[in-house]
Amino acid sequence: MKRVITVTVLNQSGVLNRVTGLLMKRQFNIESITVGANEKQGMAKMTFIVNVEDERKIEQLVKQLQKQIDVLKVKDITEQEIVMRELAFVTVVAPPHLRSEINSIVDPFRATIVDSSKNVVTYQVTGEPSKIEAFINLVQPYGIKELTRTGATAFVRDMQKKATPQLSLLQ
Amino acid sequence: MNAEAQMNEQKEKQQLPYDGSAVLIDALHQQGVEVIFGYPGGAVLPIYDALYKNPIRHVLTRHEQGAIHAAEGYARVSGKVGVVIGTSGPGATNLVTGITDAMMDSIPLVVFTGQVSSTVIGTDAFQEADIIGITQPITKHNYQVQSVEDMPRIIKEAFHIASTGRPGPVVVDVPKNVANEVFETPESLDVEVNLPGYQPTTEPNFKQIEKAVHLLSEAKKPLLLGGAGILHAGGADLFVQFAEKYDIPVVTTLLGLGTIPGNHPQFLGMAGMHGYYTANMAINDCDLLVNIGARFDDRLTGDLAKFAPNAKVVHIDIDPAELGKNIPTEVPIVADAKKALEALLSKQLTMQDTSRWNEKLKQMSKDYPLWYETDDEFILPQEALEAVHDITEGEAIVTTDVGQHQMWTAQYYGLNNPDSWVTSGGLGTMGFGFPAAIGAQIAKPDRTVVSIVGDAGFQMTAQELSLLQEFRYPVKVIILNNGALGMVRQWQEEFYDERYSESLIQVQPDFVKLGEAYNIPAYRVDTHEEMREVFEKTLTNDEPVLIDVRVKQMENVYPMVAPGAGLNEMIGVKRQ
Repeated sequence: MKRVITVTVLNQSGVLNRVTGLLMKRQFNIESITVGANEKQGMAKMTFIVNVEDERKIEQLVKQLQKQIDVLKVKDITEQEIVMRELAFVTVVAPPHLRSEINSIVDPFRATIVDSSKNVVTYQVTGEPSKIEAFINLVQPYGIKELTRTGATAFVRDMQKKATPQLSLLQ
Repeated sequence: MNAEAQMNEQKEKQQLPYDGSAVLIDALHQQGVEVIFGYPGGAVLPIYDALYKNPIRHVLTRHEQGAIHAAEGYARVSGKVGVVIGTSGPGATNLVTGITDAMMDSIPLVVFTGQVSSTVIGTDAFQEADIIGITQPITKHNYQVQSVEDMPRIIKEAFHIASTGRPGPVVVDVPKNVANEVFETPESLDVEVNLPGYQPTTEPNFKQIEKAVHLLSEAKKPLLLGGAGILHAGGADLFVQFAEKYDIPVVTTLLGLGTIPGNHPQFLGMAGMHGYYTANMAINDCDLLVNIGARFDDRLTGDLAKFAPNAKVVHIDIDPAELGKNIPTEVPIVADAKKALEALLSKQLTMQDTSRWNEKLKQMSKDYPLWYETDDEFILPQEALEAVHDITEGEAIVTTDVGQHQMWTAQYYGLNNPDSWVTSGGLGTMGFGFPAAIGAQIAKPDRTVVSIVGDAGFQMTAQELSLLQEFRYPVKVIILNNGALGMVRQWQEEFYDERYSESLIQVQPDFVKLGEAYNIPAYRVDTHEEMREVFEKTLTNDEPVLIDVRVKQMENVYPMVAPGAGLNEMIGVKRQ
């Protein structure tokens, strides 16, 4: 199963290496990872998506990360109300006679054109990783010349669903 | 020296540039470091120069691996942080095995490595190695000092991290230019440790303690499992007190030997792959297993699916990541073992009648003791260890490498005291035992220190005999010489149809002459009589000694849990 983990770290040299090294040592498979500054000076937040087999492994992962001296906070936010976004640049082969066709079919994705030349157009698209996947699938037949994805970042919504008996029944 | 000269010297000292190296050595003095194990080299020249001017006892081993294993032995026995210095590149990489060993067995070390100057880091400079990258997965934490201003804080943090929580090794990598960099603000030497991401829990949660007490009060077949966490916490006395108060039988892990005296009537022996039959069957049959300070390592548990199938588990560990890692746990308790024992002892607890359980185990211990078949021709390693036990009366500090001799020592040398057992458990490092014994002897100069080693492992770090020659440390080196890589040979016999691939050693040095080369009394013993005589003469005096005990080559360690089997499926068990 896929889990979304956020890790708040002291922004020191080697900390990214330490966290990814730990994941490698304990045989966790990272699907994507993003890192950037957070609201506090000298700190950074990492968001990564990992594939794990069971609950016990994810508990191990969280505990092992927590043990790192430079790690301040580890959260598995998969079960929470979250907003997740990824950005991709997709350079599509688009000769002039196909360009308006491509533009019209990508329109619902609200992709923006960030660069274009004689035969190619580069779109910038943001959204949930699944939306990016769908966009890629859609333009694939025209030929993708280059693709760059940032990996997903996420935050937890302020308002969370209340755990009610009814809700737990549904789950 | 008259007062004036003294003052001049003082002045001179103050006028010297106060650089990174001087800060480093000052900080070590401040930490109360009494001995450093190390080996100089180009990148640590400034540090050794500072050490020359402001001395701390330094033990120059003959290989960096010897230095770090000696530091481990020192740390394990003294309870203090072991300090090591090695130079950059090969000096640092030679320390890697010891760092890993300390990580696996939770030994507190601060390891200083030299590094090439910051200006050339990353250019494949002479004797450059990325020791931060290399040691990242095998340290509790590591630092590269970027500026002399950071030095006091980093050293303070390094000692704090190494010695608190679950102890472990911390590497501090010091680029040569930082060691030479002048420290402009010596008043800022006094720094606070500021580690927001590191706050180990030591006090047990009282609700969890109550849950544990409740399970104990319901148990009909309770069992205590003692691990090295008890020793690190200094809780062995309380552990024995707790076991006695409620008459609960005790087993230990390999590293937990010494948590309870070897001859204690409630002690069933070490459990695990080469544990006592009764100890393993007690784990199999118990209905409550209280693990204090052990990590359910695979050599203890055997097949996890068959481990303690009838038991509820209470697991007390200082490291939260160990709880539930291998064994599902009913009551996990994050705590320092000593504090958890204090909390448990403070509770009033009414136990069930456990007399039948205790009697059954006592009977089983009588019916299934350790066994070996004596041989008129050869000394058996087990006999040698029994003799060492008799002559030292179980009071010695004992160190080992890894392999057959280690298991026999664990089985047959009943330790009377905690913190007297220094062995490479987790990593299983050959060459560990002898240098570790030197460190142990330095920590406890008045104790008898016996290093039990195999003929193969000893040759991995035998160069440290120089230290016995130079300082006359009265370490007793006993080589159980079977001319083989004994454990490898035993596995080849049992699991590879006796194909002894590269495990029989045909050619050996003359160990007596080797001892003599280092001016150390050395003996070879071939018979039971010679062995007794030499042991009696040499194990209690205050001289070093090297004894080459020729033992039966084909002897196997039993009983045994074969790899992949459960603890209740031991082979090599004999009913008396």
